[in-house]
Amino acid sequence: MDSREIVARIKDKLPEFNPISIERNFPDEVCIKIEPSAFKDICVLVHEITSSAVMMLFAIDERVGASKFVINCVFLNSKNAEWVILSIDIASDNPCFDSLAKNMHSASLFEREIKEMFGIEPKGNPDLRRLNLHDEVWPQGNFPLLKDFKEPKEGNLNEYKFNRVEGTGIFEVPVGPVHAGIIGPGHFRFSVAGEPIINLEPRLGFTHRGVEKLFEGKICSEAVQISECVSGDSLFSHSLAFTCAVEKISGVSVSEETGYLRAIFLELERMYNHVNDIGGIAIDVGFSFPSAYASVIKEAILQLNDKLTGSRYLKNINRAGGLSLDLDGVKKKILLEALKNIENDFEELVRMLYSSVSFMDRVDTAGVLRKKTAEDLGVVGLAGRASGVPIDLRKYFFGLYNKAGFKMAVEESGDVLARLKMRIFEFNESCRLIREFSSKFTDFKKTDISLSLKAGSALGYTEGWRGPVLYWVRTDSSGFIERCKIVDPSFHNWQGLSYAVLGNIIPDFPLCNKSFNLSYSGNDL
Amino acid sequence: MFDIFKNRLLKGVVTRHIPLELSKEIESCGLELESLIRKRFGRSLHIREVDTGSCGACESEIISANNPIYDLQRFGINFVASPRHADALLVTGPVSKNMLIALKKTYDAMPCPKFVITLGDCALDGGIFKDSYYTHGAVKDILPVALHIPGCPPSPSVIIQTLLVFLKFKDLK
Repeated sequence: MDSREIVARIKDKLPEFNPISIERNFPDEVCIKIEPSAFKDICVLVHEITSSAVMMLFAIDERVGASKFVINCVFLNSKNAEWVILSIDIASDNPCFDSLAKNMHSASLFEREIKEMFGIEPKGNPDLRRLNLHDEVWPQGNFPLLKDFKEPKEGNLNEYKFNRVEGTGIFEVPVGPVHAGIIGPGHFRFSVAGEPIINLEPRLGFTHRGVEKLFEGKICSEAVQISECVSGDSLFSHSLAFTCAVEKISGVSVSEETGYLRAIFLELERMYNHVNDIGGIAIDVGFSFPSAYASVIKEAILQLNDKLTGSRYLKNINRAGGLSLDLDGVKKKILLEALKNIENDFEELVRMLYSSVSFMDRVDTAGVLRKKTAEDLGVVGLAGRASGVPIDLRKYFFGLYNKAGFKMAVEESGDVLARLKMRIFEFNESCRLIREFSSKFTDFKKTDISLSLKAGSALGYTEGWRGPVLYWVRTDSSGFIERCKIVDPSFHNWQGLSYAVLGNIIPDFPLCNKSFNLSYSGNDL
Repeated sequence: MFDIFKNRLLKGVVTRHIPLELSKEIESCGLELESLIRKRFGRSLHIREVDTGSCGACESEIISANNPIYDLQRFGINFVASPRHADALLVTGPVSKNMLIALKKTYDAMPCPKFVITLGDCALDGGIFKDSYYTHGAVKDILPVALHIPGCPPSPSVIIQTLLVFLKFKDLK
């Protein structure tokens, strides 16, 4: 792998390209520092070269010490299995940078977030409405992720402006934030003409808890606990992405056995969520028996988790540097036996769904997300793959998956059925992978590594069940977390949902929504 | 259709017996209110759930409590879609600033008599998020809370047991 490959390719297209510095601190990360004036052009170029959406775009407050802000833009170069981080410094007195949103839509939400959290102006972004700090409750002029932010100052409150569709016969249907089901809060503004939806604007941020700020100043072990409370249904993926980042910083590489065991838990998490969503899709078309059947399978997996780890949601087992549990032959046997039953039940579930014509009729061609839209919006993970965007971090980065012959599922049609098929395929693949992985170790003893964290920064990542979970972490010289930027796949994918429902009728919205099943708390942070 | 029938017979009844520990100590309201609630809702309680910023794990466990294995509905406890149909409000999460108005409005939309239950460590005092700039913390500072179900997240059996002990559920079937 040529570490300068990406630079050479930029130079190819842009001969005057002259980066300030190029660093490769880790084999899977290349960090290119560039001039702010060239930021937009080079980002667009890297976007074209890697055909990756903006995976992360965030600011770091370095006014104390260096009197500047840093903006990092992260792309995935899947061909080389590396992350390309383009970085610029901007002056602290008039903080602004050229907006990328008009060239790459996937940067838009990130820029809005930078604006609301730091007050840094993305020049040229047409939409700078706040996302998480709602105008009705949070006074203007308060930027919580600035290092010197303590308490919100008094200021004006505003009202959020929804995009409006106007014309004869158009009416708006507001839904939420409190929904009919047992589910997170979010507001959806439908504009409809007759029955079909012609615009959906989700307004989220209702579960904003200031998670990124909470990470700051914490030691590693506390921070792992916070990462487990970011999104409760992908708790293990989040803690794994975080520990991956701090392990990179400290230079510790975990044992192969730990890697296998972590992969097993990651797949178990994927399985219980996938079967839960399959049940959810069934109940949202009123097909109650398979839904109840799916919840029995989900419960079996949660109880298996409990037996293996003492936690139904795999909480408190992942540590920076290893895992805090033993897994002996007896537990392994429990795992393999439970897996057999779960797999059999799952097969029955799939048969029931596929043999029901009325069910298939509802999911087929409902909620189509086209490939071009998915690419432009930067839709990732399962929803992306269902629309023909073949990105799965497990395929590129994790050697153990490749050794196990990991097969990535991709569908082209982008409808609810495609997302259902993806889940079914991935569930079965997860079963196979767990069997494969569990044959690689016999008696796992808990790893007791105390990490010595030094100053540094790294990108931690993992492919959770929704898609890539990314943690960019910076630590100071005494090992405290200085900045932690989290991107849950939901952040990219909510926009995908608002395009997928267009032309569908409102009664099909729950079905489309469930087929994405995005996290509110992971998005709102 | 045949598959459904076959699987129905093969699976049989999966519902579990839930042992009641009546000695269990629960954090709840004063005795007077408790007995009132028991008198009114002891055999039929309708709950509206509101997430005020939880991570989603509590919701997942509440949903699990309604699955065929735990089957909360057999005890006369139902989750309803509208606050207008509800006797109790079940709150999860550390109360994000953005949810404060929605929480109060939901409570106000419920007909009297009504009471509030909190579920999960976040709802008790903000939990891990209590020092955040964007949370209000304890639900009990905002609404009168009659019962708390502890855990992070509480398992379905803990949820059911706490509810039943609180309601002094007698005829367990």
